[in-house]
Amino acid sequence: MTYAPNIRIIRVMCSGRVAPQFVLKAFIEGADGVLISGCHPGDCHYQEGNYNALRRHRLLSKMLEQFGIERERFRLEWVSAAEGVKFQQICDEFTEQIKKLGPLNLNGGKDEHREA
Amino acid sequence: MSTEKPKVAFYWCASCGGCEEAVIDLAEDILKVVEAVDIVFWPVALDFKKKDVEAMKDGSIAVSFINGAVRLSEQEEMVKLLRQKSGLVVAFGSCSHLGGIPGLGNFWNKETIFRRAYITTPSTDNPDGTVPLEKTEVDGKELTLPRFYDTVYTLDQVIDVDYYLPGCAPPPDLIMNALQAILEGKLPPKGAVLSPNKSLCDDCKRNESKPEKLTIKEIKRPWEVELDPEKCFLAQGVICMGPATRTGCGERCIEANMPCRGCFGPTDQVIDQGAKFLSSLASILDTDDEKEIEKIVDTIVDPAGTFYRFSLPSSILRRRRMEDIK
Repeated sequence: MTYAPNIRIIRVMCSGRVAPQFVLKAFIEGADGVLISGCHPGDCHYQEGNYNALRRHRLLSKMLEQFGIERERFRLEWVSAAEGVKFQQICDEFTEQIKKLGPLNLNGGKDEHREA
Repeated sequence: MSTEKPKVAFYWCASCGGCEEAVIDLAEDILKVVEAVDIVFWPVALDFKKKDVEAMKDGSIAVSFINGAVRLSEQEEMVKLLRQKSGLVVAFGSCSHLGGIPGLGNFWNKETIFRRAYITTPSTDNPDGTVPLEKTEVDGKELTLPRFYDTVYTLDQVIDVDYYLPGCAPPPDLIMNALQAILEGKLPPKGAVLSPNKSLCDDCKRNESKPEKLTIKEIKRPWEVELDPEKCFLAQGVICMGPATRTGCGERCIEANMPCRGCFGPTDQVIDQGAKFLSSLASILDTDDEKEIEKIVDTIVDPAGTFYRFSLPSSILRRRRMEDIK
């Protein structure tokens, strides 16, 4: 199975473990998109984890727009351990989408005007 | 034996003047301060100039209390000078600690702020559209103004900071404790925020009224509800930054029946106050249904401005993406 090499995987125990701070850190350190992939609703080993991920995703997406980071750059998808093909498709499709949007250019939150 | 008292300086950058007021709010205690130290620089109250500071020996000021965020080249120059002349630098108040209210300017840039402030506000009468310039010719002479940056900075993003006194403005008891600790040399490790390292909820009287499982179905703004003066704000559906905010403020807002807005910043364990609060708020939204979640999220009018009201420049992202601002 091959998929776009642009994706860097960070494995966590649960999509509910992905704190919003992690997502912000990924963006400021140069990621042009962030994909959170978790177990399907109802499948959570910890009961609630993926629902928490869903609630955070929707609220964080809205907030990221205020920072000028388009909704399309931050995605949440349910992919079970048995859905390799789905994961492959999502990675390819997301990579294409991000390529169309272009680089995020956050510049580490710095001000070229001052730092010049 | 030398009887010379330790020298102290106060300075303000991008701030409202409330922190200067906080020093005056020490009331009679200010006499104790004046007895123990020599105030060698305090632009709002004393007539010392920049050249007086320049003439001082490096490190000769025991401690400089600097309030306000850094948004002008002049402020950057002054704080660098004070850093050089001071043994200790204390970031005084929310703006120098976290960026504060002026830090909300990081949702914009110089151009859009000038356009709004000098051209499009309804009360502005400026037919020529004049905006401040760094250099202006007047009668063959050149006048200069400091550079206005696109981005507002916290003090520690510009100079090395030893301690932080949080709050908008810092309460008198914390100021006196800090002064005492400095005078007695009983300071905590460098970089400490001089207020207890636990969340406001830990000290909040309304904590007892909090239900076993706190959940929210709809977010309301304070003016939309008649607030119960004893009940946890979050349990009333009103955003209160308490869970993600450091305690030590004396709960002045809570006592006045207003929710916490987060001026003390996060505890030591948290990097980004807004993201941390977002996380805790999302967890208590009372539904698992996607559409329902989106409906509740829609009722939060300005998440970024609310969660980062005092801390935008100190946040992980620091500012809005430049190319998004038009």
